[in-house]
Amino acid sequence: MDALTLTLSTLAKIVFIMVIILTFAPILVWAERRQSAMIQDRIGPVRAGVKIFGYNITLLGLLHPLADALKFIFKEDFVPPKADKFLHAIAPILVVATAILAFAVIPFAEPMYLEHLGQVLPEAAARAGVVIPMQVASINSGILFIFAVAGTGVAGAALAGYASDNKYSLIGGIRAAGQMVSYEVTLGLTIVGCFMVYNTLLLEDMVTWQREHVWGIVAQPVAFILFMTCSIAETKRIPFDIPEGESEIVGGYLTEYSGMKFGMFFMGEFIEVVALAALATTLFFGGYDVPFLTSNGFNVFGMTANLPHVAVVGLQILTFVVKLAVMIWFQLMVRWTLPRFRYDQIMALCWKYILPLSLLNILVTGAIILLLS
Amino acid sequence: MTEAYFPVFAMLAVALVVALAVFTLTSLLGPKNMTAEKAIPYESGSATVGGSHVRLSVKFYLTAILFVVFDIEAVFLYPWASMFRDLGWFGFMEMVLFLAILGLTLVYAWKKGALEWEK
Repeated sequence: MDALTLTLSTLAKIVFIMVIILTFAPILVWAERRQSAMIQDRIGPVRAGVKIFGYNITLLGLLHPLADALKFIFKEDFVPPKADKFLHAIAPILVVATAILAFAVIPFAEPMYLEHLGQVLPEAAARAGVVIPMQVASINSGILFIFAVAGTGVAGAALAGYASDNKYSLIGGIRAAGQMVSYEVTLGLTIVGCFMVYNTLLLEDMVTWQREHVWGIVAQPVAFILFMTCSIAETKRIPFDIPEGESEIVGGYLTEYSGMKFGMFFMGEFIEVVALAALATTLFFGGYDVPFLTSNGFNVFGMTANLPHVAVVGLQILTFVVKLAVMIWFQLMVRWTLPRFRYDQIMALCWKYILPLSLLNILVTGAIILLLS
Repeated sequence: MTEAYFPVFAMLAVALVVALAVFTLTSLLGPKNMTAEKAIPYESGSATVGGSHVRLSVKFYLTAILFVVFDIEAVFLYPWASMFRDLGWFGFMEMVLFLAILGLTLVYAWKKGALEWEK
């Protein structure tokens, strides 16, 4: 691939990912409020509207996130005078940037052959021309990259707590650090079973394996339950939101932040929710896989209906976004169903239950694979 | 190598630009009127007692140590997991041994009370 194609295709993919993230995040805020209102038998926010020709357009409350963002931006930008100004400033930037960066290795469709866009994709040997992998970066460290980036995200919360010159912030920051590093260990260990089944660390190859065999949730059901628990704990949302526990430490590590800097922590949190939904989709729900859809069209029990390559790729992207929405909906349901855990319960769940269970899962998976082969 | 990692740096640049743009926007547009009352650390209205850097439970330090031990184990498992089928039963038994030793580490830390937060 020449430099121009590489640059242009990379830019196009980054723009696509950013559009997905930056539209999903405000919709997520809206969905969370409306869904929680439904769960708690309220109406939820519906008032914010725009007056056009005398009609008040409210879009069922969809304009609230927009109003929020505007309000955040025009609020006083307060920095505590005794705070560490530099660390106080980079903490929210770190949280948002690392959350976005995690999307770089998620595949959202099969590789696109520019030459064959308008026709049915021929057999592998007959394919020619430029191939564009439908993920921003196809790097050989694969999933390790996501964990490296997630590990940097811990620093954001910890620094925010440390730099704010406030007791509540410090307690919240250290709680966040303790909880996030603990669950990072188990998050990494729970999915080792998946790597053994898929025989790879590359996310694109994992999806390919799932398209040829079964979805990850069938092959690794225990890993899925453990992974979802760890990932919700990693986002620090209810029931694992003790670092921000409002009823005891005000706002945790974001107590001394105001305006959009405060909003950036929430932005980071919502982007993380989308990122973990994307990771769960890729690992356990076949990624962009559409049942019965192969590279050259639908194939249902021997009956085939050929589709042009561009339609196949389009369907896969659409499927990926739909699966993403379902996984996010699931995380929101958990968020509004369970009460908050105590800190000792959170840590005990991690070290005493999930860690031994994930090690056991690795051994059982290994023994079964070797016995079957 | 450069070709593979170029998109990562491009993505990092875009992520940083978005974060910095939002950050700068609020710094520029937000009003600033600091008062003496605002300057004190927020503690629900009551006056602060002592410095902000309070002493924290040593348990957090223990957790950090355990994190280092087990995270390195996780990193060690990754290459093994991706080569697992080729290594066969021999590689599997080696890993059983490795995990058994690590299991002992966990049991030791557990018995010593490193995982207890109630006390």
